[in-house]
Amino acid sequence: MTHLSEEQLILHYYGEPESAGPAVHLAVCEQCQREYDALARTLDSCDYAVPERLASYEVAVWHRLEPKLARRSWSSWWKAAPALAGLVVVAFLAGQWIAKRSGGRVQPATVSSASAISGKVRERILLVAMGDHLERSQMVIAELVNTRASGAIDISDERRRAQDLVQDNRLFRQTAVKSGDGVDANVLDELERVLLEIAHSPSQISSPELENLQRRIEAQGILFKVRVVGTTAREKGNRL
Amino acid sequence: MEWTDAAAVEHARGGNADAFRVLVDRHSRAVFRLAYRMTGNEHDAEDMVQETFLRAYKQLGRFDGRAGFGTWLYRIAANCSVDLLRARKKRDERTVEAPVDAVRSRDASPERLTQSVEISGILGTAMKELSQTERTAFVLRHYEGLAMEEIGRVLGVEPNAAKHSVFRAVQKLRRALQPAMGAAR
Ligand SMILES: [Zn+2]
Repeated sequence: MTHLSEEQLILHYYGEPESAGPAVHLAVCEQCQREYDALARTLDSCDYAVPERLASYEVAVWHRLEPKLARRSWSSWWKAAPALAGLVVVAFLAGQWIAKRSGGRVQPATVSSASAISGKVRERILLVAMGDHLERSQMVIAELVNTRASGAIDISDERRRAQDLVQDNRLFRQTAVKSGDGVDANVLDELERVLLEIAHSPSQISSPELENLQRRIEAQGILFKVRVVGTTAREKGNRL
Repeated sequence: MEWTDAAAVEHARGGNADAFRVLVDRHSRAVFRLAYRMTGNEHDAEDMVQETFLRAYKQLGRFDGRAGFGTWLYRIAANCSVDLLRARKKRDERTVEAPVDAVRSRDASPERLTQSVEISGILGTAMKELSQTERTAFVLRHYEGLAMEEIGRVLGVEPNAAKHSVFRAVQKLRRALQPAMGAAR
């Protein structure tokens, strides 16, 4: 008589529908019954206890998840953002420069198509773009500040985003300086330092290093300033 | 308002965050359970829960409704755990891990430690020795009660290949647990 293979016994244990054959054999063969009992005893003992989660677990998962979802849902249109922001800033600077040189009169012949749009529209686009830029910066910084540290922390994602944001920030800051907006220029300058610090951090940092970084960020109150300037820019842009 | 998973997916695709939250509420505990058994520690398991839902959110457009949302989510979680464990392996290579023998002798000697503690210690170590596919297949079959066919779908392999992963996992675990089981008689 052919006895059951270990595979057949395993399938039988898990109640996988194979054929009636093994079950019938098992009922009449003592040797296979013993084999099966040994297997079942071992598998029964494979109790891999999972620690309990709190009743509020789902809420905690969602709170940690939600800000990241917001970031991702934007990411598709913001992939084009550095280029767009650059274009807008160039258009804006070109417009200002030309306006100054020509004593307020824009000379169409020397203006690129991007700056052919009216000054008002241009400024509105710039303000909205800056508002968005500040919001993205705020999200990166807020994520770092809200990370609770234990062991080594991987901040490579924040670092990569900060590197992108530094480029844009430089353009917005230069624009603010040129247009004589001191408040914006100062906040953008402070923001740039924070972004640079994040961008130049190693991708893995220890929890004390993270706590230091968090303290420095919080001491500057940069999140609040960025939020205020960002909101103002958006509102001003939307009114134009 | 009681949405089915499929309806919630539909709404979430349209940008409705509340709909996605319904899915998170409904499945996060199960994903944690799976994640914990795949990774063996709470910290990694929580990261895996986050990454699983993030990927699910990004990939909602690819959910075709052929498998249930739960199965689809498990597939994403399984892939996440592969990536996560690969990254963690690099980290763990730098820390010295207690070999199986040390776990066994330490657990076996004091009488206050029960046999079940000994077995779960050995089991934890033995699970780490399984290949990623074997571990996933075993966790899904043994703890989550998925049929071989569903496991095949999760792993993206034929049901037969899923079966063989379960077989290999059980064989390896039996071998590791043999001494402790023998002592219990
Ligand atoms: Zn037999």
